[in-house]
Amino acid sequence: MTNFLQQCFNGLVSGSFYGLLALGLAVIFGMLGVVNFAHGAFYMLGAFGAYVLLTEAGIDFWLALVCVPVLLAVFGGLVERFLVRWLTGLDPLYNFLLTFGITLVLQDLVKREYGVASQPYPRPAALSGTLDLGLFEYPTYQVFAFAVSVTLCLAVWLLLTRTRIGLIVRASTERPELTGALGINVRRWVTPVFAFGVGLAGLAGVLAAPMRAVNPLMGADMVIAVFAVVVIGGLGSIFGSVLAGYAVGLLQALGQLYVPGLAQILTFVLMAVVLLWRPSGLFGREEARA
Amino acid sequence: MILSVLARRPVLLLLGLVVALALPWFVYPPIAMDIATWALLAVAVDLLLGYTGLLSFGHAAFWGSAAYATGLLGLHTGLPFPVAVLGGAVFAAALAVPIGYLSVKRTGIYFAMVTLAFAQMVYFVANQWRDVTEGENGLQGIPRPLFGVDLSEPFYFYYAGLPIVLLGLLAAWRVVRSPFGRVLVAIRDNPARARALGYPVDRYKLVVFMISAALAGLAGGLSAVSHGSASLQGVHWTTSGQAVMMVVLGGIGTLWGGVLGAGLVVQLEDYLSTAQFNGPGIVTGSVFVLVVLLFRKGLWGTVAGWRRARAE
Repeated sequence: MTNFLQQCFNGLVSGSFYGLLALGLAVIFGMLGVVNFAHGAFYMLGAFGAYVLLTEAGIDFWLALVCVPVLLAVFGGLVERFLVRWLTGLDPLYNFLLTFGITLVLQDLVKREYGVASQPYPRPAALSGTLDLGLFEYPTYQVFAFAVSVTLCLAVWLLLTRTRIGLIVRASTERPELTGALGINVRRWVTPVFAFGVGLAGLAGVLAAPMRAVNPLMGADMVIAVFAVVVIGGLGSIFGSVLAGYAVGLLQALGQLYVPGLAQILTFVLMAVVLLWRPSGLFGREEARA
Repeated sequence: MILSVLARRPVLLLLGLVVALALPWFVYPPIAMDIATWALLAVAVDLLLGYTGLLSFGHAAFWGSAAYATGLLGLHTGLPFPVAVLGGAVFAAALAVPIGYLSVKRTGIYFAMVTLAFAQMVYFVANQWRDVTEGENGLQGIPRPLFGVDLSEPFYFYYAGLPIVLLGLLAAWRVVRSPFGRVLVAIRDNPARARALGYPVDRYKLVVFMISAALAGLAGGLSAVSHGSASLQGVHWTTSGQAVMMVVLGGIGTLWGGVLGAGLVVQLEDYLSTAQFNGPGIVTGSVFVLVVLLFRKGLWGTVAGWRRARAE
């Protein structure tokens, strides 16, 4: 039983990363209709950003947790402003291809500089021990990562559903022409939203650094798992994407416990089942079938 | 004047055939074989992207698994290599049935994501099923038997393998020019109208998906025989991306474009690796970004566009 609960917790922790990445992906897609293939690469850059700040400038985890997402958001904003924007109004497939190319460049740039070996990143001292959760001891850092992720996902959800900014963003997403006609400058929100989504990916990267291997390829397989997650949750639905993120983490962890060889495949099996049952994803809106 | 003669179809085909036959005289023969196999993979991807409007980002699943199937046939049965390659293609087509059935439930960007995810599933299987795929090591020492003909020289092997590629390209060309192919284009241009006309759109998509997978498998199997190995690299998503890159670079919706794109990308990567350039993705990725931003019709598409503009 303890084992089971512990594994559930492991699942929620790894689900935190899926959730955070799916959130950023869904926000960018929802607002801009851009499926950002480079999301995994931005996540990887977040982890490397923390690593470089620590080794080159001695900047510790806490500062990196603030700096790196901001830096990445700025970088993401530039990518949107100078590259993604060129393809406005074209088939979204071109954005997918563009961000794929960007991924190749970013990944190999980091590989060239740091090699493919994983780099160590120490846990911050305050979070190094374990925490007594009653039934079992659990690494403090993992609890922290989970808490940060849940808080952020909730905060973004509240931001989008309860504030005026959220209202504008949602309106621009769903009815850009109508929103524009009401006197709201829809285009003005594009860069900030893209930057915000990229910042979230960067934050997930910093959070991952002390827990997982910091390595140029860490984002590559992650992004595909996150694609499966958003297909399960429904790419149109931010809520569904995040929830599916945690669910997939949980599923993989329990798979590890009961069918170890197949754990990684379970995500895709779940995706197949969802496609059979609800092609638009669990929380996706049914769109007009072409 | 000269250009317009060259651009006539029989002349163009003849020219293409001459280039294909002469290639290993000018290019290191194993690289020539790579160009031919990747050209077939690119054309297979373009059958979906250019003619049906479906961006498959998962063709590594077919290319790579056919490589394993071909390799296993070659290692355990001693069949002539074209038969083993054909076996690989059949395996890929069979794998395309469940993947295609599920994938065509979504279109556009979702289709790309779903195919990518299923290909990743195949990657995990190849990685985990070590008894069959040898995991990280991959299959090694795949032979090239052909009724006792000595094909150990890559130069001669190129001429033994080229007919398979040409037959694959011919099949793609036939598909595109057939009534079936016209329906595909109708589906690409206006799926709702195609459905209203009574075409079972999803079934057409599934069939073309299978054909495309079989061609990708043919290419992957031949590539495995050419390299004597089948590895995880073949089923990794970078392989899918590379194929799409070739199509876009050459020109979406032009079969010649896929061939041209394959030639350029393979040559570029070969050049970068012989020049010991660390991080070839920096160059290929940048080229790709530029093409997507500035040259969306690709090289062949751009040239064809000029010709059309002059003809009008």
